[in-house]
Amino acid sequence: MKKAILSGNEAFARGAHEAGVRLASAYPGTPSTEILENVIKYPEIDASWATNEKVSLEVAIGASFGGARALVTTKHVGVNVMADPLFTLSYTGVRGGLVIVVADDPEMHSSQNEQDSRNYAKFAKVPMFEPADSQEALDFTRLAFEASEKFDTPVFIRSTTRISHSKSIVELGEPVQGLPEPRLERDPGKLVMLPANARKRHPMVEQRLRDMAEWSATQGFNRVEEGSGEIGIITAGVAYQYAREVFPEASVLKLGLVHPLPKGLIRDFAARFKTVYVIEELDPFLEEQIRAMGIEVLGKDKLPICGELTPGRIEASLLGAKAELPLHSGEVIPNRPPNMCPGCPHRGVFLGLNRLKAYVTGDIGCYTLGFLPPLSAMDTCVCMGASIGNATGISRVLPPEERSKVVAVIGDSTFLHSGITGLMDMVYNKSAATVIILDNRITAMTGRQENPTSGFTLAGSEAYEVDLEQICRAVGVKHVQVIDPYEIDKTRELIRSEMARPEVSVIITRRPCMLIKRDVVEIKPPLYVDEDKCTACKACLKLGCPAIEWQDREGAKGKCHVNKHLCVGCGVCEQVCKFGAFGVCHVE
Amino acid sequence: MSNSIKNILLAGVGGQGILLASEILSEVLMLAGHDVKKSEIHGMAQRGGSVTSHVRYGARVYSPIIPEGKADILFGFEQLETFRYLPMLRPGGRVLVNDLKILPPSVALGKEPYPQDIPAKIAGRFPETKVVHGMDLALEAGNPRTVNTVLIGALSRLMDIEEGVWLQAIRNMVPERFLDENLKAFELGRNA
Ligand code: SF4
Ligand code: SF4
Repeated sequence: MKKAILSGNEAFARGAHEAGVRLASAYPGTPSTEILENVIKYPEIDASWATNEKVSLEVAIGASFGGARALVTTKHVGVNVMADPLFTLSYTGVRGGLVIVVADDPEMHSSQNEQDSRNYAKFAKVPMFEPADSQEALDFTRLAFEASEKFDTPVFIRSTTRISHSKSIVELGEPVQGLPEPRLERDPGKLVMLPANARKRHPMVEQRLRDMAEWSATQGFNRVEEGSGEIGIITAGVAYQYAREVFPEASVLKLGLVHPLPKGLIRDFAARFKTVYVIEELDPFLEEQIRAMGIEVLGKDKLPICGELTPGRIEASLLGAKAELPLHSGEVIPNRPPNMCPGCPHRGVFLGLNRLKAYVTGDIGCYTLGFLPPLSAMDTCVCMGASIGNATGISRVLPPEERSKVVAVIGDSTFLHSGITGLMDMVYNKSAATVIILDNRITAMTGRQENPTSGFTLAGSEAYEVDLEQICRAVGVKHVQVIDPYEIDKTRELIRSEMARPEVSVIITRRPCMLIKRDVVEIKPPLYVDEDKCTACKACLKLGCPAIEWQDREGAKGKCHVNKHLCVGCGVCEQVCKFGAFGVCHVE
Repeated sequence: MSNSIKNILLAGVGGQGILLASEILSEVLMLAGHDVKKSEIHGMAQRGGSVTSHVRYGARVYSPIIPEGKADILFGFEQLETFRYLPMLRPGGRVLVNDLKILPPSVALGKEPYPQDIPAKIAGRFPETKVVHGMDLALEAGNPRTVNTVLIGALSRLMDIEEGVWLQAIRNMVPERFLDENLKAFELGRNA
C-alpha cells in the first residue's frame, strides 16, 4: 500500500481521481479552494473554475446527465448560491455520479457567517457523508460516487476547515475501472422538471431517503467503537476526533453518513447507556433528530453552538474542567490582524475613500481588509456581489445631499461572480451611486486563482479575457473609466468627480495583485525615510502599509521608518508625503 | 488524554513560510514511523496575520489540534507570536524562538508598544528556551530564504529523531537547485 500525508482537500482530490471523475467545477472559497487545485493535477479530469457556484453545479449537472462522474466543491456560503439548481437536482437525480463537497468554516476563520451545511442536506433531501480525517475524505469520496449512482441522487460530503486543512496519513488506492463511457441518452420524463414530471419524482425522493437510511445501518462507515463505562457518545466529523481524545474509554457511535440517519442503529446504541452525549460542531443537527425519536441525550444544552469545538471546549462544557492556563503572562499582547500586502493596489483607493468620507458598501475579497484601521473605509459587507445592490438600495432611500456619498467597491472576480446583475439593476432603476471595480486581475484572497478577467484557466491555458469596460457599457453605464490606483491623487480626484455625478458611473482601478504567481510583479528597490525631512506628520502611516513603521525617539520627535525587508518600492507612500521631496525617497 | 502523543506548535506571521516548515516537520515524523496530524488555517489569516500550525505525533493521534496547555514544544518564528502562544505550552515545555521582530499594525502606527525583552521573559518562565538568530545563519548559508531551514535544524536538536531522517525529509521536499544551501542552513541551525 502506498502511503502519503495528505490534507483533507488533497484527499478529496485523490478520491475524485480514484472514483473516475471526468469533470470538476468550482468557484474558489476558503476552506475548499485547494480541492480543485489538486484535482487539476490528474490529467484525466476536466477541471475548471466556474464564474460562481450556481454555474459550477449546473456544469456538473450537465456532465452527470451526459453519463460522466462529476465533482463540485464549494465553501458553505457557496451552497446558498447553488441552492436553486440543487433543490431540483434532488428530484431529477443523476446519470453519472454527482458529488458536492461543501466545506464549512466553524469559527469563521475566513467567512462571513457560520452556517451549518448539514441543514441543506435535510432541506434539499440530499444524502450527506461527513469524514473525520483525510483517509475518510478519500474513502468517502469514492463511496459517495457509488452511492450517488446506486440511489440516483446527488450526494454531499461535508468538510470543515479542520478536515480540509489538516493533514494525516492516507493509504492510496487504485482508480476504479470499467465505468461506462459518457454518451447521450434522452430521458425527459426524469430530467425535465415540469410540474407533471416533478410530482412523480417527489415520492421517489422520499423513498430514496428511506432506502438509504436502511442501507446505511449495515455499512461500515457508521460504526460502534466499544468502550467501557456508562457514557455513550454519538458523533461525526472532526468532532469524533475530539470526543475520542477527551473520552478515550467511552463507547462511540461514529456516523459517517449524517443524512439520512440510521435510526435503528442509534436507538440500539443509545439504549445501552445511562448517559448519551451528542458531540457535534455548530447546530444541534443530530441531536434534534435523535431527541425527536424520543431519546434523551445531552448536547447543545452544554456544548457551544457558536464556534469550533476543541478538546478543551468539550472538556470544559461536559466535564466542567477549567481550561488551565496557568502560564499566561498577564502582559498586553498587541493583536496582529491580517493586512493588505505591501504594494497592494487597493491601498491607495481606500485612502482616497477615507479622505472623501464616502459611505462604502463593500464586498468579499482581500479588499474587505479596507475596513480595518487606519484605512477604515468600508461600511457594509454582506456576501459575494452584495455591494452593488446595497449601494442601489441605500442611495434610493437617502435624502439627495447624502446620496452622492455612496460608493460600492467590488473585486473583478466578485463582479463577475454576482455583481453584473446588480449593476444592470442599478442602471435600470436609475440609481446614482458610484461603483469601483478593484481589478487586480486575479481572485486574490483565496490564494490567487485565475478567473475570466485574468485570461487564463485553472489548467493554466490561455482564455478569452473578459472586457469589464464593455460589460459595464453593455448594461447601460455611460461613464466607465479606468485608472491606475498607484496614481493616488488622480484616483481620488476621479472618485470625487464621479461621486458628484447624478448618474451611475463605474471606475475600474486596474493593477495586478502583488502575488500573482504566473506574472510575478516586479519588486522595486525599497524606499527609505530621509529623517532630516520627516516632520513626523504621520500622513504615510494612514496608508497602513506593513512596511512603514513608527519609531519613537527618546527626547525627540519620533520618525517614520521603512522596513526594507517588507517594502516593495511601490511608491505610494512617496505620494502621500506632503513635503514633496521630503519624507520618503528612493534609495540610490 | 493520552500521554504518548507529542505536540509541537509552530507560531509566526502570515507570509513567513510556517506552513511549509510544518510540512517538512510532518514528513520527518512520518518517515520516523509515527502517526502524524497537522492542522492550520489558510486564507484570510495569511495576509500578514498571526498564524499557527499544530503538529501532533505518536502511536495514534486523534484530534488534529493541540489542546490548550499541552504543547511540548513551541516553535516560534517571530518574538511576539511566540510570546502570544506561551499559554499553549505545558508546564516544563520547551521553546525555540527566532529572534526576529515583525511589528503588528498597532505598533507600526505608534499606538501600542512592542513588548520588550521577549526572549528573556520567555526564558524566565520556561528555562528550556533557546533563541536562534535565524536570519544571521541563513545569510551565512548563502540565502536569507533558508531561515526556516535554519530553524528546523535548531528544532532537530530538541527532538529524538536521527539526523538522517531530517536530511531525508529536506531532500524529499526542497527543489534540487535550492538543496545545497538548505542542507547547509540545516547544519548551521543544528549546531547553533
Ligand atoms: S494578495 Fe493581492 S489583492 Fe490581496 S492584499 Fe495582497 S496584493 Fe492586495
Ligand atoms: S513604497 Fe511605501 S507604500 Fe510601497 S511598499 Fe514600500 S513602504 Fe509600502
